[in-house]
Amino acid sequence: MSEVLLNVTGLRKSFGGVLATDDVALDVRQDEIHAVIGPNGAGKTTLITQLFGEQLPDEGSVFFKGANITKLPTHKRAGIGLARSFQITSVFMGFSVLDNVALAVQAHDGHSFKFWKPAATEIKLRRVAMQALAQVGLDDRASRRAAELSHGERRQLEIAMALATDPVFLLLDEPMAGMGAEESALMVSLLKSLKIGRAILLVEHDMNAVFELADRISVLVYGKIIATGTPGEIRSNAKVREAYLGEA
Amino acid sequence: MKIQETSPRLDEHLKVPAMFGSGRGRVVTILLMALLLILPLIAWYAGNKFYLDFSTRIVCLAIAAVSLNLILGFGGMVSFGHAAFVGIGAYAVGIPAYHGYESAWLHFPLAIGSASLFALFTGAISLRTKGVYFIMITMAFAQMAFYFFLSLEEYGGDDGMTLWSRSDFGIINISDGLTFFLLCYGVLALCVYLVFRIVHSRFGMVLRGCNSNEARMKALGYNTYAYRLTAYVISGAMCGLAGALIANLQDYITADTMTWTRSGELMFMVILGGAGSLFGPVFGAGAFLLIEEILSAYTIYWALPFGILLILSVLFVKGGVNGLIQRGWRR
Repeated sequence: MSEVLLNVTGLRKSFGGVLATDDVALDVRQDEIHAVIGPNGAGKTTLITQLFGEQLPDEGSVFFKGANITKLPTHKRAGIGLARSFQITSVFMGFSVLDNVALAVQAHDGHSFKFWKPAATEIKLRRVAMQALAQVGLDDRASRRAAELSHGERRQLEIAMALATDPVFLLLDEPMAGMGAEESALMVSLLKSLKIGRAILLVEHDMNAVFELADRISVLVYGKIIATGTPGEIRSNAKVREAYLGEA
Repeated sequence: MKIQETSPRLDEHLKVPAMFGSGRGRVVTILLMALLLILPLIAWYAGNKFYLDFSTRIVCLAIAAVSLNLILGFGGMVSFGHAAFVGIGAYAVGIPAYHGYESAWLHFPLAIGSASLFALFTGAISLRTKGVYFIMITMAFAQMAFYFFLSLEEYGGDDGMTLWSRSDFGIINISDGLTFFLLCYGVLALCVYLVFRIVHSRFGMVLRGCNSNEARMKALGYNTYAYRLTAYVISGAMCGLAGALIANLQDYITADTMTWTRSGELMFMVILGGAGSLFGPVFGAGAFLLIEEILSAYTIYWALPFGILLILSVLFVKGGVNGLIQRGWRR
């Protein structure tokens, strides 16, 4: 079995009386796509924000490559190989597509207290950025402004920005959200190509995509993981069928 | 990610930024900047000193507006306390002069240094807040500086203090209006150029990224606080420099320079001119002072039509004066 990269134990977070994350434990291994599914309001986004330090858990720990990163500030997590895409498209709308990705590359090329040389003339940044764009199939849109892209293209740009940092662990927060069938199919084949050499945690509503992509699936209901297993196991799990798939 | 061979298409994506922009915007921008230099000179040769002084005022306030634009326009930090830096820069000239130290080589570094320190201290606290809170806290700090200088009886208190002679550069004599104007224009040109370099540099990309989407910047691995604070200090330093020039321009220093209405005026210059554009604040300062001058010749209630004009310009002219220059009257 591959090495465990991300390991979460006993994670708990409540808002007022609501237990949004209830004793969650999960791990993500190298070369694996681990999907987290669950109905709306199950606490998926809350879970992600804790993995990335945007919110701190009340209890429990997050380990990355064996190191406890529970309280590590968000910006430092990116430095050790964690990257994410956002559920609501989160790109720099006023920038060109290439500038978006170049800014992601720049984040992992030393500090940015460089005040003189124009960043747009730095071959080093632009080259890696173009490769990331090529990988998601957006290289022909490089000089467009991000605001001019279609929804699907912006989702691709999200992935390119996450890839540009060459992450070991990639979190994808509903990459298929709002996509048509054709765009989704493209995204599925893209994501398949990404898992080699990394660990991917995929949060997604599109069940076809999840069952096609995931090596393992965890089902989150009311902040609690009620089952973890291969797609086959999850499909036949009675508790899951009752709590989740049955509703669909 | 492995580095492959440079694709032939990479070259077209390496862009050297153009300071004056392109097309008609470039022509008009260069023309206006040239006019700002030449018209006062002509007026001076024609023996009309008023226009030289007036233009010097535009240029000095333009420097302050350019400094504010760096954080407001490019960095998205709406500072409502920038007049404090102007005031600190002014007192950095006035207080040593009062004690008999008249060297500009003391005044100007002191102005830049003390404004930087004030920016570092207030920025470190203010930048922990966002949005309206940031606006309020920067304004509160500026008001604190205002009352602090107002209470210094030794330095004139609420009467202000007269600057008996202008800062002494040794090599040039800025008591001469023309020399002083040229100095101010040179400083403005330098500041605009600095901002131009900064906003296109790696640092500038980070600053603009923070403005556009700070959460994303953090997720990418940027310590956004450190970058924003650095920009805030650079802006404060530049504004302190403007303050030192303004003290010399007025030959008179008063704490009123720091009131929140002055901060508001600076903000208006930036927005009127076009926040986030390189030359916008210069145009904004020019337009602001021109309109104020013209209206006040007609009525003592000039502030009312002036306010209405400003509101209309913000509502209907996208991108301010600079927007008009770039696009013409098309919306």
